[in-house]
Amino acid sequence: MAKLNLNRVPMPRQDPKARGKNFNEVALGYSLEQAQEEASRCIQCVKRKCVEGCPVGVDIPDFTKALRDGDMPEAVRVLKNKNSLPGICGRVCPQETQCEATCSLAKKGAPIAIGRLERFVADWERANMPKASSPSPKPPVKSSGKRVAVVGSGPAGLTAAADLAKLGHGVTIFEALHVAGGVLMYGIPEFRLPKEIVQTEVNYVASLGVKIELDSVVGKLVTIDELLGNGYHAVFLGTGAGLPMFLGVPGENLNGIYSANEFLTRVNLMKAYQFPDYDTPVKLGKRVAVIGGGNVAMDSARCALRLGADEVYIIYRRSEVEMPARREEVENAKEEGIQFKLLTNPKQFLGNEQNWVVSAECYEMELGESDEGGRRRPVVKEGSEFTIDVDEVIVALGTTPNPLVASTTPGLETSSRGTVVAYEATGKTVKDRVWAGGDIVTGAATVISAMGAGKLAAADIDKFLRG
Amino acid sequence: MYKILLREDLVPNIHLFKVAAPAVARKAQAGQFVVIRIDERGERIPLTIADWDREGGSVTLVFMEVGTTTARLALLKAGDAITDLVGPLGVPTHIEKSGTVVCVAGGVGAAPISPIGRALKSAGNRIISILGARSKDLIFWEDRLRSFSERLIVTTDDGTYGRKGVVTEPLKELLESGEKIDLVVAIGPAVMMKFCSRTTEPFGVRTIVSLNPIMLDGTGMCGVCRVSVGGVTRFACVDGPDFDGHQVDWDLLFARQRIYLDEERRSFEQWRCQCGAG
Repeated sequence: MAKLNLNRVPMPRQDPKARGKNFNEVALGYSLEQAQEEASRCIQCVKRKCVEGCPVGVDIPDFTKALRDGDMPEAVRVLKNKNSLPGICGRVCPQETQCEATCSLAKKGAPIAIGRLERFVADWERANMPKASSPSPKPPVKSSGKRVAVVGSGPAGLTAAADLAKLGHGVTIFEALHVAGGVLMYGIPEFRLPKEIVQTEVNYVASLGVKIELDSVVGKLVTIDELLGNGYHAVFLGTGAGLPMFLGVPGENLNGIYSANEFLTRVNLMKAYQFPDYDTPVKLGKRVAVIGGGNVAMDSARCALRLGADEVYIIYRRSEVEMPARREEVENAKEEGIQFKLLTNPKQFLGNEQNWVVSAECYEMELGESDEGGRRRPVVKEGSEFTIDVDEVIVALGTTPNPLVASTTPGLETSSRGTVVAYEATGKTVKDRVWAGGDIVTGAATVISAMGAGKLAAADIDKFLRG
Repeated sequence: MYKILLREDLVPNIHLFKVAAPAVARKAQAGQFVVIRIDERGERIPLTIADWDREGGSVTLVFMEVGTTTARLALLKAGDAITDLVGPLGVPTHIEKSGTVVCVAGGVGAAPISPIGRALKSAGNRIISILGARSKDLIFWEDRLRSFSERLIVTTDDGTYGRKGVVTEPLKELLESGEKIDLVVAIGPAVMMKFCSRTTEPFGVRTIVSLNPIMLDGTGMCGVCRVSVGGVTRFACVDGPDFDGHQVDWDLLFARQRIYLDEERRSFEQWRCQCGAG
């Protein structure tokens, strides 16, 4: 066996100064040589811990082996057999806490850069394999004659739909917005996940025979019971966590204060960064405060910077170690010049006579006792108030499930947090013939965990439909 | 794509489109709205559903030219199509038998108030309507309002038609006349709804208004439409658009309606240059 190589091939990236002014992708991707070099570090363990670490169970050593050996079509086939959205996952999965965390090399050095390799294989397919010759994961199956309605076209819905279609069921996705992809389109910015890649993977799901009905708000246009009464044998709810949370402090409705959902939707989905060529505007703040410490906060801050802000602050009430954002995204943000104001929390926002925000009055915080989740609770330092001058604020505190579906579906059980109650192993809800998965069940989480839930539910729906 | 089946110019700058949208038409109720997007580069804007034809599978939209999107919309003809139409959104107007209801419509508000007045009449209410506009040539749907109203009072700011003045004057007279008024529904420009609410408040007459803040997705996702009602922040798209006019923070609504004033001007200028208009 070749000597262990404990260092990964670095990812080429756009220079921080240059990328702070454009919306092009930050990570540039491996070349074939780089990808093969990285893939050849994989020691092909007998006990495949990495596969166990993957929420959708991708046969990782098999695709890295095919890649190492230069058999790209085989690498694509292995990858897409378990994961219908590899170009997306390769970019936005937190591999460092999943497959890469369980990689054998992680004990001694840097784990295999599985995410980067996944991305490489997906990008290779997009560039080199015309749609017609793309390997279908399995020979086409006979139609089951059963129909499934999937509500929402985000990661959970797309995965469930793809798996169900591969199993021979007739699937229709109902999407409220005017494009499919959910948070992948409206939430995650172009420079982290190019929209062309999302649409390629959505098109792949459609190519499996999945119908996608856009502009269709389930709960308003049609109810779950109507779907079940009109020819659908089962329903999967993957509507995500779409309702923005606010701080609830004075001044929060001032002009110039956005929810991250609104800001990112304007920028990503509606392409406000190309206003006025695109009709949707967004305010171009010069001093922007982003409230929160998750990935959405990092995305918002980095978008604001790219729109031309001079100063962008992340205001977070805990310290850096408690930040829920991926390490990589925090580093990216810092490199680009985002300023971190940690252990800081807004008390109120102050405005001018025209109702525009002009400053954020903040408290300094300190960490107190641990809460139930084990994180130390932030406590206000009395008398520590100070103000930061801002002309734009983006509130990125998280989201809660949109009640549109649950409130129009009798028999669906919801928790006090508004999430839909479903069995973890199967996604089955207490309502007959209805499954759910993703953020609608867990509250805001990751793309891949939503995909994992979509996969489990699809398997259970298949079992049910085959009776 | 959603095909425009019929276009009618109601007054010089207010137009009616009947749009094919069978699924929306099946579910539409008084007080609800749709969000439309003209084409790939278009923005999403809310428009109240002014009428629907469940059998014919169409909804009727009435809009006034105020900015880029509505000016672009006004260039479309029957046979053209708009890329997206989402709905029916918002909570339908609560319809019950209250007794005597005054429906006050200002300008383009004549369109959204029509299905509400009709539904209130069907529920057994007696309807008195007030229809106001700046001038005679901006009045439309007088007949439609008359069809469900026991009485219809028309006002124009310049006195070119009906009585001279604004809608709050006859509203106040009705309230002062001693006649028992059980409910007022006021729909029109925000400032008109504010003053109708101010007029009814001393009389303690419940007043429903249909708020028109900026919206984006229209499904509760973005929060741009937040309004303050009774001191509580609500999302007009999913909690409204109808609210108790006496509880609304009107100044906040006015301010938030102006968020993109500069951008709207810029966008409109660019569009005018590109299309070679005016």
